Formats: sequence, structure tokens, C-alpha cells
Amino acid sequence: MLSPETASRMQFGWTISVHIIFASLSIGLAPFIIYFTWKDVRTNEQRYARLRSFWVKVFAAGFVMGTVTGIPMSFQFGTNFPQFAEVAGELIGGPLAFEAKMAFFLEAVFLGVLLYGRDRVKDRTYVISSVLVGVGAWLSGFWILIVNAWMQTPRGYEMVTRNGMEVAKLTEPFAAFFTPRMPWMYVHMMNASVISVALLVAGVSAYIVWKKPDSEAWNTALKLAVVLLIVSAPFQAVHGDAYGRHVEDTQPQKFAAMEAHYETGQADLHLLAFPKSLEALTDPRAENLVTVSLPAVGSFLASGGDFDAEVIGLNEYEENPPVALVFWSFRFMVGLGFLFIGLALWGGHLTYRGRLSDSTRYLKAMIAASPLGYAALLTGWYVTEIGRQPWVIQDELRTSEAVSSTLTGTEATLTLVGFVVVYVGLVLTALYVLKWLVREELRALGVRESNEDRWRGPIPWVSKDD
Amino acid sequence: MTDQLVPVDSYLVESLPEIWFGAVLFALGMYVVLDGFDFGIGMLYATRTDEHERETFLSAFGPVWDANEVWLVAFGTMLLAAFPRVYSRLLADNYLLAIGFVLALVFRGLGPELREQRDEQRWKRYADYAFVGGSVTAPLLFGMLAGRWLFGDATLPVVLTGVGLVAVSVVTGAAFLAAKTEPGLASELRGYGIGATLAYLVGVVVLLGTVVVTDAGGAGDTILSLPVAVVVTLSVAVGLGGSMLARRGQYRAWLASALALPTLLTILVAILLYPTIYPSTGLLVREAVVSPLALNLVTVLGFPVLLLVLWYFKFLYGVFSGPIGGEGYGG
Repeated sequence: MLSPETASRMQFGWTISVHIIFASLSIGLAPFIIYFTWKDVRTNEQRYARLRSFWVKVFAAGFVMGTVTGIPMSFQFGTNFPQFAEVAGELIGGPLAFEAKMAFFLEAVFLGVLLYGRDRVKDRTYVISSVLVGVGAWLSGFWILIVNAWMQTPRGYEMVTRNGMEVAKLTEPFAAFFTPRMPWMYVHMMNASVISVALLVAGVSAYIVWKKPDSEAWNTALKLAVVLLIVSAPFQAVHGDAYGRHVEDTQPQKFAAMEAHYETGQADLHLLAFPKSLEALTDPRAENLVTVSLPAVGSFLASGGDFDAEVIGLNEYEENPPVALVFWSFRFMVGLGFLFIGLALWGGHLTYRGRLSDSTRYLKAMIAASPLGYAALLTGWYVTEIGRQPWVIQDELRTSEAVSSTLTGTEATLTLVGFVVVYVGLVLTALYVLKWLVREELRALGVRESNEDRWRGPIPWVSKDD
Repeated sequence: MTDQLVPVDSYLVESLPEIWFGAVLFALGMYVVLDGFDFGIGMLYATRTDEHERETFLSAFGPVWDANEVWLVAFGTMLLAAFPRVYSRLLADNYLLAIGFVLALVFRGLGPELREQRDEQRWKRYADYAFVGGSVTAPLLFGMLAGRWLFGDATLPVVLTGVGLVAVSVVTGAAFLAAKTEPGLASELRGYGIGATLAYLVGVVVLLGTVVVTDAGGAGDTILSLPVAVVVTLSVAVGLGGSMLARRGQYRAWLASALALPTLLTILVAILLYPTIYPSTGLLVREAVVSPLALNLVTVLGFPVLLLVLWYFKFLYGVFSGPIGGEGYGG
């Protein structure tokens, strides 16, 4: 049996990893849905009706999965981390309640209209419903990230004793809601969702265009996704760079873990890092890595212009986060980010030459890249959340102190297993649903199914050319 | 900035903690009433074998269930915002019940969504198992959770609360469907509805009797008070009156009276709780509440939005009012 703390952390990490995929699907898909719905109502062109209907179905399936996976999230603050809920209740309760009332309701109610109400409401109401669903998704992210940003850079409170327990009392609401981290996190996360979904839309469009090159609708979708990527992918890199400096300022320990920087002093910037030995995977240090580094540039960036600036090393701290997870997750995310810029530029070049749908190689690359946006998004969150350890509220409450004292290892392990089994089934189902929707779409487009099925299992494998 | 808008050291009005106790119970009531008939639809679904009838049930359920379920999140987060200690203790003390409940909700929500995706017998059967199983288990476990909140460790009252919530969900589900379908199907449904009403009323009386005898959670004295007597009498009157309306085929009126049952149940919960907010720990509303500034803030920002939410629901149910056809879950 796992300890209650380990099992609780794994359970929360696992459930939120699955939930965030669906939450960001709603956020990233919102602009597409609004655009297709508006164009459909406005132009009455068949291609937009087709794209709207397809992506609203994906949105709806994703939203249902987001709801059913999201409710256990909010319950786990109480079931597994009651000390955290009680200590931070005044600070996080408000934003979480606003999330439910301002955002979640908006999304759920108007999605009902968007899905079932096409013939029951006026055109204008229908378009407005699509906008409200999108606004709901983006507002939802806003309130949730207020909570998370507060956990990273807590402000606007003082510790008082209530019912025999030290709890945080709200003193300055504005400071508590708009913490230093909040704007960074919001922009980075919303844009990450747009990138992930743009890659997903591009991948699905590329697959259909590959099979049916003259489909007007899906060429439109592919082009739209590539245009969005050209804007969002480079922006994420520029923004992420500045975000990194902000993390160094506000959470030096996390920053040091991201760079595996142990000794306090001048820091190099590791552009690329390769493990010399297997050990480097679990314990990355300067000695066991082959790095392509810019000497002292780490100091330069972190301090905003001073090559000799001192960057605090991990050795200064009593307890550190699991450095390897943070270090490699960070590199994985950044590496993927550059890959997306490359794909975006390649797509831009092809679009400019008017050959976007002719390049089979590009279509295949986009099919293969379709899940990678999510991989980057998840690893980015691992950097944020695992990098904050051992704290659940930075410098205020340790994760180990937040765990329920009445929880037994058996109970926690049992529910962990339950969540793993159910959510694995859920993710597989989501993938199958997407596959069936694509199949149905191909059938509707009149593509004959080949005897040799190329898409086996839940994920498309790019094997042979047509 | 907000400092000038709301008082920092005193509540906006003296009784704000009690108002929030009421607001949290209101959200709970909305959840029990609205998702209750969703659960009822899910349970009654098991009695249908005809594909067309099943599709009819699902098209009544489809557009509204998700929005209804959000009231659970509203309840939970409002409890956390106003009474964090109750939120954390209640869930931590009842770990397996709480997790079991949310997992049951996963199955209930996914079932119909999945059923739509594939036209294959076996697939649909599994999706139906998930839908029906989740719809029975979720209210049972949620009711048991409420029972633990009210009565602590006393097993029989806790189980009876769960069963009572299942029964009342069948009543509202049957009435909701009867009001929205053709007369033939409606008259079959009312049989289940009336049976469940009687079971529910007997259950409530037995439950309260047991609590008085065993004094579970120290609630014995409260039950022998005038407010409880009024609520119970009203429940019996509404339940029996509603059943008569159902027999006469006045389904819309039946629906109105059926929805009053879970409303009265929530009022009963409020009476049994107050002035404590977690009886088995003896914690009082005033002890558990957050500081004035925090509560004032969620009041000023949250209450107007709550009114807006009620308007959304009026709009949603307006769009999907009237009889349903068999167009199915996907619409």
C-alpha cells in the first residue's frame, strides 16, 4: 500500500492530467466554434455548416468528459487535502465558487442550446450561444488560474488562528486575486490551449484532406489551423522566455530545478541537454549531461542584463522538488515548442506557395503532431506543479501537511486504482469517439473505405501513402 | 480597491453567516431537485426496452443534465467559500462515500454520450449499464453522504437517507417525463411515480422515528419540534395530493407538486442542521464561517451572478419546454 500522501498526490496529479486535456480542449476549440458558427449563419455555405457540426460534436463530447472529470477535482480538495482546503478556504473558495457560477453554468447552459437548439432558437441567439459557451470556457480558466497563481505567489492574506488551526485570512482581495503570477499564467495557458487545439484541428484536417484532397471544408479548416499556429506558436516562445525570468524572480527554487542548477553562482543557459548516462535521467547534473550552453547567459536572462548575477542553487534549500522530473519536463516542453514553430513556418511557406494540401509529407507530419500540443501542455504543468514542491502553497504550507490525517493508505490506494482504471477507459473512449467521428465524416464525404484499414486502435498511425 | 466597497471588519448585514447557510442549502436544494429528476430518468430508463421510448427519455435528459449537475459544483464551492472547515471535514471524514459518488456521476454522465457514438447492440448495452448504474448509485451515495452529515455514524438512518433520495428522484423523474411525453407512456410512468411517492413518505417517517428512538447525531429533540412536524405534514399532503393529480392525468400539476418534495426535504435538512452546521462535530454556523471581508466579497460578487444563473435556467428550460419527440440524445 502506498502512503496516504503519495497516493493522494498521484491521484490528484493523475486526475488533473486527464481533466486538463478536456478543459483546454474547450478553451482552444472555442474560437473555432464561434468562427464556424458565425460563418455558417452568415454565409450559409455548406462547408461551414459541416465544420461547425463536426467540431461542436467534438466540443460536446469533450465538455461532457471535462465535466465528469472536473467534479472529482473539486471534491479532492476536501477528500484528500482537507488541511489545504481549510487553510486556504477564504482565498480559494471565492474564486472557485465564481468559477462555478460565472463560467461553468454559462458554458453548460448555452452548450445545451448550441447542441440541441438549432431549430428552436433564432439565428442570432444561436450565434450568441456559441460566443457565451466560448466566454464560459475562457472565464473558467481565469478563475481556476487565480487559485493556482495564488498557490505559486500567495499574496493578500495573513495567518490567524481559527478553531484551533492556523488559517489564511483574506486581507487584500485585489492583491490575492491578481497575484504576480496570474497574468503570466493566464496568457501562457490560454495560448497553450489554442496551440494544442490548433494542432489537433490541423491533424484531423490533414488526415481528411489526405484521404479526400478536394474537400473544400477541410482545406479551409487546415488553413485556419495553420494560420492560428503561425501566430500562437512563436508568441508562446517569446512569452515563455519572459515568464521564465518572472519565475526566477518569484520562485527561485523552481527555477533552479528547471535548470538543475545546484551551486549558487553564475548560471549558464543550457540550450540543449543530453544525458551522458542513464543516471542523468533520474538525477540530472552538470557532470552527467552533455549540454550546448551559453556561458553565463542564464545569469544574464534571470537578472535582466547582468552576466555575473548570482543565481541561487538547489544546495541552499533543505528540501527540493524532484529535480529530474522538473528538468526533463521543462526541456521536453521547450523542445516541442520549437517543433511547433517549425511546423507553423513550414505550413506558412506552403500556404504562401498555395501547396498546403499537396504536400503529403506536410500532411503526415501534421497528423503525427496532432497529440503533441497536449504533451507540451501537460509537461508544462508538471514543471509548474512539481516544481513548487515540497510546498502546496509556496513557503506557507507543505504538501505533506495538507494531506488528510484520517485517510488510510488502503483507502487512498484503492481510490487511486479506481481513478486510474476509469480514466484510462475514459481517455481511450475519447480517442475512439474522435476516430468514429472522423470515419463518419469520411463516409459522408464519399471516401471509400479501403480493405486495409490504416487507423487501427485509438491513435492514427501514419504508415503508407495513398 | 474592494476595501472601499465592502466593510472589512463587520459583515454587510449582521445575519450574513446565516444568509450564507441558507444560500448553501439553496444550492444543495437546486441540485437535489434538478439533478434528482435526471437520476429518476436514468432509473426509469431501466424499465423501458423499446428503443423509441429510450430515445425519448434521453432527449428529455440530454439538453439539461449537464447544467443541472453544475449545481453540485455550486454547492460544493459555496460551502468551501463560506464554511471551509465543514467542506474539508465532511469530505475527508467520508472519503470512500464521496469518491464513490463522484465516480458514479462519471458513469451516469458518460453513458448517454457514449451510447450515441456507435450503432451497435453490445456497445449500447454497456452504455446503458453505465447510465442506469450511475443513476441509481449516485443519489444513493449522495443521500448517504448527507445522512452522515446529519446523523454521524448511525448506520440505519444513513442508509435510509440514501434510499429516500433514490425514491424521491424516481418521483420527480416520473413526473418530469410524464409531463413531457405522450399519454400512453405517461400513464405507465405514473404507476412508478406513485409507488415511489408512498415508499418515500413511509421512508421519511421510519427514518425520523429511528432517529428519535436512537437519538442519532443528537437530532432526536429537533425532530419532535413544530417546524419538523410542519415539513413532514406538508410532505405527506403534497405527496398524496400529487399522486391524485397523477391519477387524473394532470401531469404538469403533478410535476409541480413532485418538485416540492425534494424542496421540502432540503428544508428538513436545514432544520436538522441549524444552528450547528456539522452536528456530529458540534460546529456552529458562526464558528465555521470565514472572516467578514471574505464573506462580504463573495456576497457582493456572487449573489448578482446567482440571479443571472437563475435567469439562464429559465431561458434553458424555456427553449426546451413542451413535449419531446424521439429525436434521441444527439438531437
